[in-house]
Amino acid sequence: MSKPHLELTNVQMAFDTKDGPFVALENVDLKIRKGEFVSLIGHSGCGKSTVLNIVAGLLQATRGGCVLDGHEVNTPGPERAVVFQNHSLMPWLTVYENVELAVQQVFKKTMSKAERKEWILHNLKLVNMDHALDKRPGEISGGMAQRVGIARALAMKPSVLLMDEPFGALDALTRAHLQDSLMKIQQDLNSTVIMITHDVDEAVLLSDRIVMMTNGPAATIGEELRIELPRPRNRVALADHPEYVRYRQAVLSFLYEKQTFPAKGESTEEQKPQARDETSDQPENAVETGKDRVLRIA
Amino acid sequence: MTHTTTLNQADSLSQGQRWLRALTEKVSGINLAEAGRQLLLPAIGIVLFLAFWHAAAPQVQTSLGAFPGPAQVMEQTGQLWQEHSNQRDRAAQFVTMQEKRNERILAENPNAETKIRDYPGAPTFIDQIFTSLGTVLAGFILATIIAVPLGIIIGLNRHFSAAVNPLIQVFKPVSPLAWLPLVTMVVSATYVSDDPMFEKSFLTSMITVTLCSLWPTLINTSVGVSAVNPDLLNVSKVLRLSFWTHVRKVVLPSSVPMIFTGLRVSLGIAWMVLIAAEMLAQSPGLGKFVWDEFQNGSSESLSRIMVAVLAIGFIGFLLDRIMLLIQKKVAWNE
Ligand SMILES: Nc1ncnc2c1ncn2[C@@H]1O[C@H](COP(=O)(O)OP(=O)(O)OP(=O)(O)O)[C@@H](O)[C@H]1O
Ligand SMILES: [Mg+2]
Repeated sequence: MSKPHLELTNVQMAFDTKDGPFVALENVDLKIRKGEFVSLIGHSGCGKSTVLNIVAGLLQATRGGCVLDGHEVNTPGPERAVVFQNHSLMPWLTVYENVELAVQQVFKKTMSKAERKEWILHNLKLVNMDHALDKRPGEISGGMAQRVGIARALAMKPSVLLMDEPFGALDALTRAHLQDSLMKIQQDLNSTVIMITHDVDEAVLLSDRIVMMTNGPAATIGEELRIELPRPRNRVALADHPEYVRYRQAVLSFLYEKQTFPAKGESTEEQKPQARDETSDQPENAVETGKDRVLRIA
Repeated sequence: MTHTTTLNQADSLSQGQRWLRALTEKVSGINLAEAGRQLLLPAIGIVLFLAFWHAAAPQVQTSLGAFPGPAQVMEQTGQLWQEHSNQRDRAAQFVTMQEKRNERILAENPNAETKIRDYPGAPTFIDQIFTSLGTVLAGFILATIIAVPLGIIIGLNRHFSAAVNPLIQVFKPVSPLAWLPLVTMVVSATYVSDDPMFEKSFLTSMITVTLCSLWPTLINTSVGVSAVNPDLLNVSKVLRLSFWTHVRKVVLPSSVPMIFTGLRVSLGIAWMVLIAAEMLAQSPGLGKFVWDEFQNGSSESLSRIMVAVLAIGFIGFLLDRIMLLIQKKVAWNE
């Protein structure tokens, strides 16, 4: 097999806190092929955003590292575009200007002014936002802003697209529409995507592989599930496809049987003393399961 | 005679009412209450204040006679305006006189050098207002030029911020009166020129204004810059914006609302400080006008000072409104 496009090796992430280091991630290993669509799923606070931020270069792993196309990742850059959890558009710029800021920066030297303009409009059209070019983020809905955030990321022509719950705050209809557009765009551009989600259906529908994370602290990758449904995928046709239902079941079983969500009221503070104990056992577990983590449902 | 005036008054009053009603009919029920609150209540406040002032003023006896009521102040306002236009006329005459004389001289000898001197009369109240406005704007602009860039540096750099924070905290509460003697001495020692572009007194007041008014802008700018949404900072990092692009495209726009709040407070302080500085430094302006009237001690002095007080307040209010308008034009969150 050829070298993986993106590779996380033995990543540990410890945050400095008031009461000593807090180990959020331990022994995270992940290899991703070019053009693969990977979903990260896991309970809230387990460390999904932390993984994404390490790949983005916004956080530095305390041990291990991330290699993209043979180069170690240690600073953020536009070849790893991020769609942030809360759109993160500049509130003082219009829709057009927000995308322009990114395009200007990335294609300053390689595109003429007219080409850049066309490229900006093309990307806004992809997400169906070309009707509100001159609106500010404050004047459009959350879903529209999220779409502009996606257009901005796509406009950077990233080799890896990182998305942190891109559709989290959207209503079901908009969400379905955007999922369909994303599938199409991803297939056309053959871009590598890592997407964080809480939505099992979304993960199964969009992904080539679902990566399920164990609960923190010292979270790691619990199971991986290859989704071998044919593309292009149609949500209606898949709804009672037996394979689809089985994939769904596998993820649900991981989330709600193997990794139950920590009981309410259990704060991170209370967990911290245990965090150190767990760091000593968890890696062994992870290594054990790690050998044959890829479940295949065929 | 009295009869007709009262009749006229009643007429104009009912006209005013009719106008009000016409206005209020255009707006809906909720807006009616709103419009009433916006127009009527301030009007009531002002009328009550005038009534109280009118009643209370004669009770306060000073060595220069009773404290002036609204009527005397109105009268002095007219008087001051009259003095100003008289002065203008005389100045115009003075110039035409010189021009005529120059023509005569030139007719006799075409090579003669002629010049026109300015009218040497004392500045009027209106002149003083413009002098004060010029000084306050100069001081405020200088304060802004210093405070905004410095605030950006402080906001961007934690180490620098820690280093200068104690200095800011100590110098911020210093009264203009304390700075003034120092500024005066430094200006007279350092600004020596045979043909000075600015009056020394102007520089003294201006620098005092700058020293006292730059703090709110400085502090607000640094707070605004250091409080840029971390998600937006991440966007900037992912885009690999250069330092300057980052400052111009992310940091500055994001802190514009905070900077403007600071600028408005600064301008208010600048205007207050200026009057005190002019009084003490004897530099031309409204402060000097007040001081001169106080020294003059005529029976009209108190009324004239009161006119100045009201003018100072009104101009301060206008300056703030102008800043607000600029803010609305510039800031993205308005
Ligand atoms: N800067 C930080 N300092 C200290 N602890 C942090 C920091 N960032 C994250 N953590 C901790 O690391 C853990 C993982 O956080 P992370 O944001 O990655 O979770 P997540 O899986 O993205 O959660 P969610 O689904 O709710 O977004 C959490 O327990 C969090 O408290
Ligand atoms: Mg998260």
